[in-house]
Amino acid sequence: MFRLILRRIVVAIPTLILVSMMIFSLQKILPGDPVLAMAGEERDPAVLEFLREKYRLNDPLPQQYLAWVREVAQGNLGISLRTEIPVTILIAQKLPVTIQLASMAIVFSVLIGIPLGILAAVRKGTRSEFGINLFALSGMSIPNFWLGILLIMLVSVHWRLLPASGFVPPTQDFWLSMKTSLLPAIVLATAISAYLLRHTRSAMLEALRADYIRTARAKGAPEWSVILRHALRNALMPIVTLVTILFGELLAGAVLTEQIFGIPGFGKLLVDAVFNRDYAVVQGVVLCIAVGFIALTLLADVLYILVNPRLRNA
Amino acid sequence: MMGKFVWTAGGALLCAATVCSAAQSLRIGLQEDPDTLDPVRARTYVSRIVFTSLCDKLVDIDQKLQFVPQLAQSWAWGPDHKTLTFKLRTDVVFHDGTPFNAEAAKANLERALTLKGSQRRNEIKSIESIETPDAGTLVLHLAQPDATLLAQLSDRAGMMLSPKSFADGDPSTVSRHPVCSGPYEFVKRVQNDRIELKKFDRYYDAKDFHFDRVVFLPIPDTTVRLQNLRSGGIDILERLNPSDIKEVKGDASLKFNPVAGLGYQEIFFNINNGPKAKDNPFANKLVRQAFQLTIDRDAINQVVGNGIYEPAQQPFPPASPYHNDKYPPMKPDIAKAKALLKQAGFTTVEANFSFGNTTISASIAEMLQAMAAQAGIRLNLRPTEYAAMLSEEAAGNFQVDMRGWSGRVDPDGNIFVFVTCDGSLNDGKYCNPKVDELLKQARTVLDVEGRKAVYGQAQDILQQDLPKFYIYYQPWPFATRKQVQGFKPYPDGMIRLRGVSLS
Repeated sequence: MFRLILRRIVVAIPTLILVSMMIFSLQKILPGDPVLAMAGEERDPAVLEFLREKYRLNDPLPQQYLAWVREVAQGNLGISLRTEIPVTILIAQKLPVTIQLASMAIVFSVLIGIPLGILAAVRKGTRSEFGINLFALSGMSIPNFWLGILLIMLVSVHWRLLPASGFVPPTQDFWLSMKTSLLPAIVLATAISAYLLRHTRSAMLEALRADYIRTARAKGAPEWSVILRHALRNALMPIVTLVTILFGELLAGAVLTEQIFGIPGFGKLLVDAVFNRDYAVVQGVVLCIAVGFIALTLLADVLYILVNPRLRNA
Repeated sequence: MMGKFVWTAGGALLCAATVCSAAQSLRIGLQEDPDTLDPVRARTYVSRIVFTSLCDKLVDIDQKLQFVPQLAQSWAWGPDHKTLTFKLRTDVVFHDGTPFNAEAAKANLERALTLKGSQRRNEIKSIESIETPDAGTLVLHLAQPDATLLAQLSDRAGMMLSPKSFADGDPSTVSRHPVCSGPYEFVKRVQNDRIELKKFDRYYDAKDFHFDRVVFLPIPDTTVRLQNLRSGGIDILERLNPSDIKEVKGDASLKFNPVAGLGYQEIFFNINNGPKAKDNPFANKLVRQAFQLTIDRDAINQVVGNGIYEPAQQPFPPASPYHNDKYPPMKPDIAKAKALLKQAGFTTVEANFSFGNTTISASIAEMLQAMAAQAGIRLNLRPTEYAAMLSEEAAGNFQVDMRGWSGRVDPDGNIFVFVTCDGSLNDGKYCNPKVDELLKQARTVLDVEGRKAVYGQAQDILQQDLPKFYIYYQPWPFATRKQVQGFKPYPDGMIRLRGVSLS
């Protein structure tokens, strides 16, 4: 187990270097000049030149990259070209917000998606399966931004139950924080739970057809035990991987949802930075997402081994 | 961690139980997150909205664009028009408690002139030296008469920071915590989330400012911004989407407060900038005139602007004293447009038309395309992402495009840099020495009528040469909750909170 973790960490390093090089060169290929985007309406030539010098944009690309790597190695991700706030501070401000939102969304979708998926598999061919499939289909096809605006209009404007947008950190006011993040978490969970539901359903269907299920039934195990203890435990393995990967995707950004609900999260930070050609921020955030993703896949592997004893000796 | 949580939660409870329940705060919804909060380097419209409550300026403007006292109580030009003397208030302190005086003003202007990356240097570069005979007198000596200076000092160039706050020479100290002398002082900023200000009790007119806290919330989505207003999440919003005007007018709990701004939306031609100009049919003056004759500005106002996109024929908006009645918005005349095109030797022309990839720009571009087609001018629409468009414009990589200008109080800011031969925003590289001469002259004429006459002469040429033409004046459509009392929109689009309250 420890060797596995160690091996993964060693493999992660070249991956990170590759990711950072890719994002560095991709940004430079993007049309548009960060200095023009920064210099404002007037475009004073003296200002343009000063900014190019200051952010070393006149240097050759490899040199720019090495300068950046040197800083990162010292734990310094640079400062935002647009607001002059250090990137590490920006990440420290936004990451907890996104983690909170992603965790809430994941909890909701696990609570909704997995039980409904099991139900759909068990009640195959009945009306309730049809209803559940309808829910899954609409969850996957309704666009986030539309559902978000709809919920704001209904819940915040019409019923006045929750704030329409914005975000309050839980350290400041726990209940208000839950209130502000409830709607966006629901919006995010709608799509994800549908996804989970479909996968749970097919994994369960497959498991229920297996020989050991017939054996379990034959030896007289009660139906709930057949479904939950025998079928579900086997069906759960791909689901665990799926959940961790979905969580990673949520961290990388629920851009539209954050935009609609005015949530100062990771996705919005990244997208704004791309539009403003705020290179340092893009770089820092992507690096952080890559690290997060690698950590999560590692976690998925570990969990996989924990739920599946057959792999422990592999 | 837990300790901190208990402490803050306890603080919030205490707050709710005692003082803070009476406290009033005002929440303002902005279309985007402001950039750096250093007035010398800031460059966005939304950051100016924040500064208006945070940083007082030497002079201010009223709703009719006349200059009124703020930190300076009065001012006078010297006989040769090369000195400008301000009498300053002597009862002003900065948010850090240090006094505002002539020395402080001098330090600020010098910073704006010398700081690397200053966006203000160009605006006030006519200042040659600064004298401070006493604490209440500031004398600016100019290299040449400069009619634009007062207007610059009524904006960010005239905003005064505590000299102590920039003494360390690190400009990011200022942007992270600006220390000014305005009615509200800086509390905190969370990027993309909020900027919080609180009332500055030692402000000289503190009694006229009725909120304990002012919070600016960037909410980029126009629909969501409006829904926040309706649900009470914010009290004022800027830049209402024109398509939502009807909804706001029909909602008894909201008020619609539009004002015609100082800026405009315009069509810009690449006349002589690089290879793209070579095969550009619009390099020919007659084709440009023909294009303008196909445009129905009223139709654009009604269809896209829902009545708030006031048609524009000249760079100076109706609110400006330099607005010239000689140029009413032109009506479309397709027959004449065809004749001009024929005179230029064409029956049809084709060009690429770039514009920002927003819904509103796209709707206008589609209308322009249909209008131009009536006379045989075929426009290929090229929606372009904003940052990419900026660099294409500067590089001359366009034939004709549509762009906006946020507008300046002084007329010079709405015309000079766009059409003079070396103008920094003259992306089409139009060049007419006569225009240069007139616009340079206009900078030195201090009386309004005389200056207006010089601009009139320049306009006579520009309306013929047509290096660019205007479509509409950019409005500032504000919407507020009914409870907001005393809010008055200004043509510069700023939110001035003097006398504003919540009932």
